[in-house]
Amino acid sequence: MEQTNFQLKNQKTQSNDWSARLHHATRATREDWMGKGISYLCIGVIILVVASMLWFITSKGIATFTQNHVSLVKFLTGTNWAPDQGQIGALPMIVGSFAVTFAAAIVATPFAVGTAIFMTEISPNRGRKLLQPVIELLVGIPSVVYGFIGLAVVVPFMRHLVGGSGFGIISATFVLFVMVLPTITSMTVDSLRAVPRHFKEASLALGATRWQTVSRVILRSATPGILTAVIFGMARAFGEALAVQMVIGNAAIMPKNLISPASTLTSQLTTGIGDTIDGTLPNNALWSLALILLLMSLFFNALVRVIAKRGQLKHER
Amino acid sequence: MNAKRTDFLATVIIDLIVATVVGILIFLLAYILISGLPHVSWSFLTGTTDAFSGAGGIGVQLFNSFYLLFLTMVISIPISLGAGIYLAEYAKDNWRTSLIRSAIEVLSSLPSVVVGLFGFLLFVVKFKIGFSVISGAIALTFFNLPLLTRNIEESLSAVSRDQREAGLSLGLSKWKTEIGIILPVALPGIVTGIVLSAGRVFGEAAALIYTAGQSAPVTNFADWNPMDPASPLNPFRPAETLAVHIWKVNTEGLASNAAQLSAAASAVLIIAVLLFNLCARLLGNFLYRRVTASK
Repeated sequence: MEQTNFQLKNQKTQSNDWSARLHHATRATREDWMGKGISYLCIGVIILVVASMLWFITSKGIATFTQNHVSLVKFLTGTNWAPDQGQIGALPMIVGSFAVTFAAAIVATPFAVGTAIFMTEISPNRGRKLLQPVIELLVGIPSVVYGFIGLAVVVPFMRHLVGGSGFGIISATFVLFVMVLPTITSMTVDSLRAVPRHFKEASLALGATRWQTVSRVILRSATPGILTAVIFGMARAFGEALAVQMVIGNAAIMPKNLISPASTLTSQLTTGIGDTIDGTLPNNALWSLALILLLMSLFFNALVRVIAKRGQLKHER
Repeated sequence: MNAKRTDFLATVIIDLIVATVVGILIFLLAYILISGLPHVSWSFLTGTTDAFSGAGGIGVQLFNSFYLLFLTMVISIPISLGAGIYLAEYAKDNWRTSLIRSAIEVLSSLPSVVVGLFGFLLFVVKFKIGFSVISGAIALTFFNLPLLTRNIEESLSAVSRDQREAGLSLGLSKWKTEIGIILPVALPGIVTGIVLSAGRVFGEAAALIYTAGQSAPVTNFADWNPMDPASPLNPFRPAETLAVHIWKVNTEGLASNAAQLSAAASAVLIIAVLLFNLCARLLGNFLYRRVTASK
């Protein structure tokens, strides 16, 4: 190699060639450019999708207020949903969505935390062999199947138990409880596992029982993670469409109790969007519901971030 | 109450909770399989649906589900592979990368019905493609991209630094290192993720109702020319999938045996998803053994 180098230096015509070769990109560099190009392109596609999704749904969603001049306050506080007659009070759906979300989270959290404690503290071996597959299977069951079982089992059961049609918030809560359970459980397990071992050992060494250790040390220090898990579960419940739509009864009226037909943002969207004409008030009103869903999803996202940041600060202190 | 008794009580309660959770799963699976499987027959799996009542077999829906899954994977795997490589290899730790990461997080947390509505708005309303396989496949891609990207990025990042340095020190480009060395090592994790996401895509319905549509026109399975309107491969025909079919039979169906029909269809769907989960595990383990040469 050095010899050729020397020879090249002595030959004037080829020295130009050499400098050209030194100043030109090698094959590896060109490959790197290509690779960079491809991967930048792919990430660009994803960014474009997200940006256009936010843009399109926002611009469609605010048309109710900018084109049809419906007041935002009336939309958010009105209780009469009859878009054909120009009545678009979205409060029944908003209340319905929040009711099923909170109810499902409240019921699911103790079960999820209990299961997670079992998997990490009480019997890690059985936890891995038995419960891990259980959680994965629960995640894997498609939402329409949950809806179908809700329709075939939960709704008749509620009908027997309390009378009425059986459709309503309580049936939706039942279905959503099972659907968010694996989400909350698996994330809680992660946060319990992340608790430093010496916390637990220190507590046990002080003579604390297992439950004292779990409740006063492990759960306390995993609180930000558990909260995050619950919020993820709530986000899933809030956005779930078909399973809820199948069991809630889809009546766009203010829910008076937990056992009468109600509706959520998602259920109203699934049943309504195909029956309305693009650009009309009934259609725009539905897009406004979609916008609320989008904003709530962004809100849940932001909340998770805030909690994560606070949790970090706590650990650093 | 003393501490020991509280401890005992807490343990009992937690045991009960775990038993309930396991019981729920067993009940769900048993209910679907026991009420559904007796109605699953060869003619049910291959038969056609009566367009008016929704009664009859699920042959077309089953084909549609697999076809949509295939198209979705063909579109989403290359994009998420590129994006995953970007995040694992090229992305610097700065505000732009964290913005990109938040965008992916936002996409993954969007309700699938919102993703479906966006697909509906874009393809059916704006581009006027109508309810079609291709609209459905792209909507499912939107829904699938963030999870697949994150999975690929995690699998790539988990490969040890030594492998990267070895590749670079041999004079290979970053790209060649990534494709030729890192990717094969990360393959078991990536394949597991892909098969698991396939199970999710297979069962998804909310994103499809207004993109792939709710009708399954009877297609001519002897005609494999994708350009023919009657061909099953034509990407511009409406295609109701199995999951959408279950929803439709239950909410709008007029079939007298709707409960049996949807139980049978649910059983087929559940078995398919279970098979995907099983395949993910087996394939992941198999590839892991092949790549790492560990027994």
